[in-house]
Amino acid sequence: MTEFDPRIIAFCCNWCSYVGADLAGTSRLQYPHNVRIIRTMCSGQVFPSYILKALELGADGVMIAGCHIGDCHYVSGNKKAEERFRMLLGIMKTLGLDARRIRLEWISASEGVKFANTIKEFAREIKELGPRNGGKE
Amino acid sequence: MKQIIRNTKAYYCVECGKCTGSCPVARGNEFFSPRLIVERALSGMKQDIEGDRELWACLTCEACSKKCPSTVKYSEFIRGMRKMAFDSGFTSRCSQGGLLHSIQRIHSIKDLVQDRLDWAKDLKTSKKGEVLYFTGCLPYFENLFSAFVSPIEIAKSTVKILNFAGIVPAILQNERCCGHDLLWTGDSETFQKLARLNTEMIKESGASRVVTSCPECLRTLKLDYADLLESTGIEIMHISELISSLMKNNGIKFNRSGIMTYHDPCRLGRHLGIYDAPRDVIKSMGELVEMGNHMAESSCCGVSAWATCESMSKQMQVNRLIEAKSTGSDTLITSCPKCLIHLKCAVHNQIPVEKEKVDIRIEDLAVAAGKALAGD
Ligand code: SF4
Ligand code: SF4
Ligand code: FES
Repeated sequence: MTEFDPRIIAFCCNWCSYVGADLAGTSRLQYPHNVRIIRTMCSGQVFPSYILKALELGADGVMIAGCHIGDCHYVSGNKKAEERFRMLLGIMKTLGLDARRIRLEWISASEGVKFANTIKEFAREIKELGPRNGGKE
Repeated sequence: MKQIIRNTKAYYCVECGKCTGSCPVARGNEFFSPRLIVERALSGMKQDIEGDRELWACLTCEACSKKCPSTVKYSEFIRGMRKMAFDSGFTSRCSQGGLLHSIQRIHSIKDLVQDRLDWAKDLKTSKKGEVLYFTGCLPYFENLFSAFVSPIEIAKSTVKILNFAGIVPAILQNERCCGHDLLWTGDSETFQKLARLNTEMIKESGASRVVTSCPECLRTLKLDYADLLESTGIEIMHISELISSLMKNNGIKFNRSGIMTYHDPCRLGRHLGIYDAPRDVIKSMGELVEMGNHMAESSCCGVSAWATCESMSKQMQVNRLIEAKSTGSDTLITSCPKCLIHLKCAVHNQIPVEKEKVDIRIEDLAVAAGKALAGD
């Protein structure tokens, strides 16, 4: 059997986390290839339906990344994201999907290292969990 | 497309426009014309229909079917057109961004192991039994809408009433969405998967009777699962029918209080013709005052299958609430979890209407009955 190669989707806000990801790249930091980044204007723009859609289409893990609380460029988008994330955790539980498959992270434009480390950790965790529809969780 | 036209008798359309005249959506949405959709289908304009965003505006409420002189099965016609559109890659402008539809599609994963029975902890339920309670999507509605309504109370009250009558219902740990919403938004392939998973579990439970809270589950199990469940002889019934029979046969009684009015859900009323059972229950709990639009003439809660939610939907909800309030009742009873959510959502969101006009308590039939149980 070939080794499980997880598919991870990361929604990164334009002003902080996406720039953080960029910085990780330009600093030549290594992080797993499993992540596909989708740029959004703000973490508050990431509707819960996006996460469920990603899972529906076969993503093994989904991350929402935004500016630190207080730093959102639209004032409180990340607070909204936080609230919605709580709802998502409820849905994950009812669905019987492991809560570790979804993540909410605050990563600023200067935190290239944090970005790379978060992805490393996330990919490792998802590898442990196995594929999303691999059955029993 | 020809097949759909034939099966739904759209061939007989005489272009009278009564459907458009009686349609609650067409009243406020000038781009939506039920008659024109039929005409376009009859002239073979397949692509034109598939790409039309108004194809998803119909509530499949069947208000028009009651008026059509040619007895065109309008909602089934729309369902067919949507399947055709879906198969060509078009989808609805789902409310909640399609969140619920995603949950429903995830349900079609064969070895999904859900954790959905928290609510039943303090109640008597079992894995197998004579009577099966099909909870529907209530646990998910609770996850989503708990900011303004508690849909899971419907499940709790239902089992409470059953327990009170000495019934220990079976509930399924891995029950799937019945597939109603996907079927009515064109995804019949996933619907088939859900239907097969559910029928298998229902058969395994050993039940001879399945009770639902949700009229949409009821319709789906009764009519759309017919070929899967037919040979089993399993009886499918709505909770209002069961309570009404418990009143007659087991002497269950309710404490009377207050004045109530009743909103007929389209699936329970026009689709299945169940008008009396919920009314029997209400009349035993208090005084029933009907709204002008009731039974087959009932207006719609404004959203169906989570396919669309627009300003028109909000308008319909507000109108319904004003109508309910003007009866002088203190409670508006409905017997559909989705109607409950949609009507409460209108109040919860800032709607452009004075609060006093719509501030009527909205409650599900089973919840009201659970509270009013005499001797509890
Ligand atoms: S089913 Fe209802 S919403 Fe659809 S066209 Fe008929 S009346 Fe209008
Ligand atoms: S009411 Fe019936 S006959 Fe009249 S336009 Fe509509 S579908 Fe055609
Ligand atoms: S702009 Fe970064 S979270 Fe809102």
